[in-house]
Amino acid sequence: MIARLRPSTVLGTVTMLAVTAAVMLPLAIIVLTAFKPVTEVNAYPPTLLPQDWTLDNLRRIVDELPFARLVVNSFLFAGGVTAFALVFDSLAAYALARIDFTGRRTLLIAIVATLMIPFQATLVPVYQLVSDLGWVNTFAGLIAPRAADAFGIFFLRQFFLALPRDLDNAARIDGASEFRIFRSVVLPNAIPALLTLAIFTFVNNWNDLLWPLIFTTEREMGTITSGLTLLTGPGGIVPYGVMMAGALVAIAPLVIAFLLVQRRFIESIATTGLK
Amino acid sequence: MAPGGRRRGVTALGFLAPALLVLTVFVGWPMVSALRTSFTDASGFGDAEWVGFDNYVQVFTDPDLLNAVTNTLWYTVLFTPTAVVAALALALVLNSPALPFRGFFRTALFLPFVVSLAVAAYAWTYLIDPQVGLLNHWLSGLGLQLGNVLEDPQLAMPAVALVAVWKNFGFYLVIFLAGLQDIPGSLYEAAKVDGAGVWRRFTNVTLPLLSNTLAFVLVFAMIAALQAFDQIYVMTGGGPYGNTQTIVMEIYESGFRKLELGFASALSYVLLIATLLLSVVQFVFFGRRERDAQ
Repeated sequence: MIARLRPSTVLGTVTMLAVTAAVMLPLAIIVLTAFKPVTEVNAYPPTLLPQDWTLDNLRRIVDELPFARLVVNSFLFAGGVTAFALVFDSLAAYALARIDFTGRRTLLIAIVATLMIPFQATLVPVYQLVSDLGWVNTFAGLIAPRAADAFGIFFLRQFFLALPRDLDNAARIDGASEFRIFRSVVLPNAIPALLTLAIFTFVNNWNDLLWPLIFTTEREMGTITSGLTLLTGPGGIVPYGVMMAGALVAIAPLVIAFLLVQRRFIESIATTGLK
Repeated sequence: MAPGGRRRGVTALGFLAPALLVLTVFVGWPMVSALRTSFTDASGFGDAEWVGFDNYVQVFTDPDLLNAVTNTLWYTVLFTPTAVVAALALALVLNSPALPFRGFFRTALFLPFVVSLAVAAYAWTYLIDPQVGLLNHWLSGLGLQLGNVLEDPQLAMPAVALVAVWKNFGFYLVIFLAGLQDIPGSLYEAAKVDGAGVWRRFTNVTLPLLSNTLAFVLVFAMIAALQAFDQIYVMTGGGPYGNTQTIVMEIYESGFRKLELGFASALSYVLLIATLLLSVVQFVFFGRRERDAQ
């Protein structure tokens, strides 16, 4: 075995180990600091591993922030956007992929064009609109503007196009309605694509900072991602230990979920290769 | 068209209505509205006066606004090549079939992509803290005194760009890996037989066949760079002395803090047009990549 190892393979393995260690460092520092007593966090010289493990930081983060509320908000916001977007996007994608109607091409081009608009560029008027509707600090305001998105429609349309048409033609001859074909023929065959889109939408929204920062002004309506900035904002000097405890809670659900589905998720991202 | 065509149109509209409503109200109309606002001195109070191209002139003359534009370009120049070259180089190493633990490495390097940039920014702030930062301590052990990086006018921007590189390069790497796996091994064998070394095989086989993927990732990374906000908001707040103030940071400040909606909207359109231009390029390459894959 040893004799067959080529120098280039050894070099490659060493490189990858070093890079992986470096990439893991910020994540390791979050986990390890979260359990470090404050004296060790501020000690010089700094250390990587805690000598004494403590839950003090996690306890303090619960006191400093309406913590459970922020986590629930994150789930409701990211989950709400994901649920609506999945339904609305798949409906629209079905029409664009499977129903032959006048103006389909034009409509598709218009939708793809909105794909190119960064949400930051329309933030001011969208905020005014949400504010006029009285939706600031509500889940409606956080979710409604993202209840459908061009990327999801385009992504699902590509997938629906690739599904064989024999099944829906057979159903159509049997007199099934378009909605029935959508629900009982196309959707069940599109589960991998729906799952990929769901994970992607959920992750993006859970992690988003700017959006909740703008549409919520009350601390009780923020998400865990935006809520953490209250700790460090102007005047909010907070010990690193507490900050890392907050960071740990903010990233743990996604990291765990990702590790469970990682292989399939990475592969579907690689093949679609889009945001 | 026959009545059947009209009926299909009605059915299609039923499917499309919810998504079209959302996209029209929250994307289409705001675009028009932002364009209109960008030609006024709107402030959120009282009547807005038409000011023509004044706001756009301001974007490229007012020191603060111009600063945000040039900073964003500087950030893009720092971020894009670093992230893309790191991703490509590591993808090449990871693509070698002899390498052990390939699945593990791929997952580990992709992991930062599911971590919030804002949250990662806290970890990085701690790591490079001038007093108790572990990374600063280790680097000073190697004789590299970084000092207070986030207060340093020269180092603050590279630091926030590096955090974005950390978060995103694993994603680009995965796209490169997929592209590399589509290159037939027989081509490398043939090149080897012809006596091509590692570098020749890279420049004559890998690069030409990966060029569409490479262009796609490059544009993708540039678009992400133009939208830089999260880690900057957390780590420097745009400082020191406005040295990390980007376009989106400035849209946030002028649009939501100072309520200079005209400036914010003009700046938004600068961002929009830059993104549109890059997206058109991307779409051309995306189309080609799709065709290559088929």
